[in-house]
Amino acid sequence: MKMRANTAIGGFLIGILFATAVTAAFWTPFDPLKVNLRARLQPPSALYWLGTDEFGRDVLSRIMAGAATSVFVSVLTVTFAVIIGAVIGVITGYLRGWTDRIIMAVNDALLAFPGILLALAVMIVTGANKFGIVLALGIAYIPSVVRVVRGTVLSIREREYIEASRVIGNSELYSMARHVLPNSLAPVAVLATSMFGWVLLAESALSFLGLGVPPPAPTWGNLLAASRPYMESAAWLSIAPGICIALTLLGINLLGDSLRDRLDPRMVHG
Amino acid sequence: MFGYLVRRLAMTIPTLLLVAITVFALVRLIPGDPVQVMLGDSADPAQLEQLRRQMGLDQSIPVQFGYWLAKVAVGDFGHSITNGLAVLPLILERFQVSALIVLVAVTIAACVAVPAGLIAAWRQNSATDLAITAGATLLLSIPSFWLGLLLLLLFGLKLKWLPVIGYVPFSDNFGQALTFIVLPIATLAMIEIGALTRMSRASSIEVLRLEYVTHARAKGAPEWRVLGRHVLPNAFAPTWTLIGLILGHLLGGIAVIETVFTLPGLGRLLVDSIFARDYPVVQGCLLFTAVIYVVVNLIVDLCYPLFDPRVAAE
Repeated sequence: MKMRANTAIGGFLIGILFATAVTAAFWTPFDPLKVNLRARLQPPSALYWLGTDEFGRDVLSRIMAGAATSVFVSVLTVTFAVIIGAVIGVITGYLRGWTDRIIMAVNDALLAFPGILLALAVMIVTGANKFGIVLALGIAYIPSVVRVVRGTVLSIREREYIEASRVIGNSELYSMARHVLPNSLAPVAVLATSMFGWVLLAESALSFLGLGVPPPAPTWGNLLAASRPYMESAAWLSIAPGICIALTLLGINLLGDSLRDRLDPRMVHG
Repeated sequence: MFGYLVRRLAMTIPTLLLVAITVFALVRLIPGDPVQVMLGDSADPAQLEQLRRQMGLDQSIPVQFGYWLAKVAVGDFGHSITNGLAVLPLILERFQVSALIVLVAVTIAACVAVPAGLIAAWRQNSATDLAITAGATLLLSIPSFWLGLLLLLLFGLKLKWLPVIGYVPFSDNFGQALTFIVLPIATLAMIEIGALTRMSRASSIEVLRLEYVTHARAKGAPEWRVLGRHVLPNAFAPTWTLIGLILGHLLGGIAVIETVFTLPGLGRLLVDSIFARDYPVVQGCLLFTAVIYVVVNLIVDLCYPLFDPRVAAE
């Protein structure tokens, strides 16, 4: 019962997020970058549903555009990390031996590095832009994917159907791509769901610090950072982007929980 | 036990080496000539050459790395480009602020979250459990910097109970210092209570199903004794590991909290130096934070056998 509620609420919240992001790519109520100095710092009204900022830009439009940026960055980052991590994980888990030992030593060392710090370090090199963030956060999260995929592969490669594939003369590469990889995807799906949340939060935090997507392009993080000087006179500026981040993370956490419950029978609610 | 200790210590060596290589490679990977970037376009060639030699950039890369590592190993992190101060003392001074906030916040979070998770697990699927789990999931979903802004808005601007901007060291004025760090600590503690409660609940549920709990109940031990004596100590081990991860995670992510509350901590120093292109300080902060993270997790792992003796016996 509770599990179903989790799935429903989580799915609903993430559904809204993606719908908003896609809509924003084609249409927003106002141009999110259009400055209108005669409408500065207007409180929420029938015309400007979430008010306007210090340049008279419509907050709702900027939040919608921010959703598009955040979803774009997060999806791209998770895809990047999962693909690279899965390939490394499958190779190292399947070949074992020295390849495995060396890759895992480096991987564990990277895991022992706080992710956000690794991302910051990469950002210094790539500079603050959309693709810099994708690269930085992607690199920071690859080691977790490698670990999960390798663990799954190690258990799968001993199964009979892999043995069968080998016996009928399929090459190692074919067996890996055709049989091992698809069967190790379930735990990766759980990880990817949580990772989407971490990436979105990390991207907001970096943008909040001024090290993420540079203004005037809106993201939820830099909207919050820009709202600080007007916190008292225009509180709506700091409230709306925060609610968006929190609801998105809530949706992801709920979805992640129900996904984990479904894939890990040990944790089924008694 | 001794074998475990040695093995765990040995594991940190490749990690530390990789951390050092990463931090060193960083400055080498920045596009363009780092010396040119640091001094700006107006610097004359002699100045460039001097700084290049001072940083050892005229040597081959492995030599540079060895030279740099040898200096770092004895605590010489170089000097700041912007103000010429030695990097390590600067970092240590800022670290005190960050460490204080993080340690107090995590302690408070653990004191609230561990019992809360235990109670939720004990009354699994009841209204109490639902309320605790929902509250924890909600806290887990709130970004720390936004919670910080909201608390500032409420207690600083609306109620005017606490100052909005600034910091005073404890050595100057204890009472005043307290007013500046109460909100940052509250923010971090609330955020971490979410993750810790969920972990504590999950591991308590697993322990509550074990036979020795049934046995303890069967022999007539009172419920508080079953929970306090049998469930809590055994359920604490995974939570303890998470506390270590959280400590490190917070040190990495403290920059946002220090930005919200304008605190002169390590995270703020890192971000400010990134903006100022003060690469010796950036390198120093990254290296220092990473080493602290490794050391904290080492300490956590070394204490782990105290809560779960099976680990050392393996």
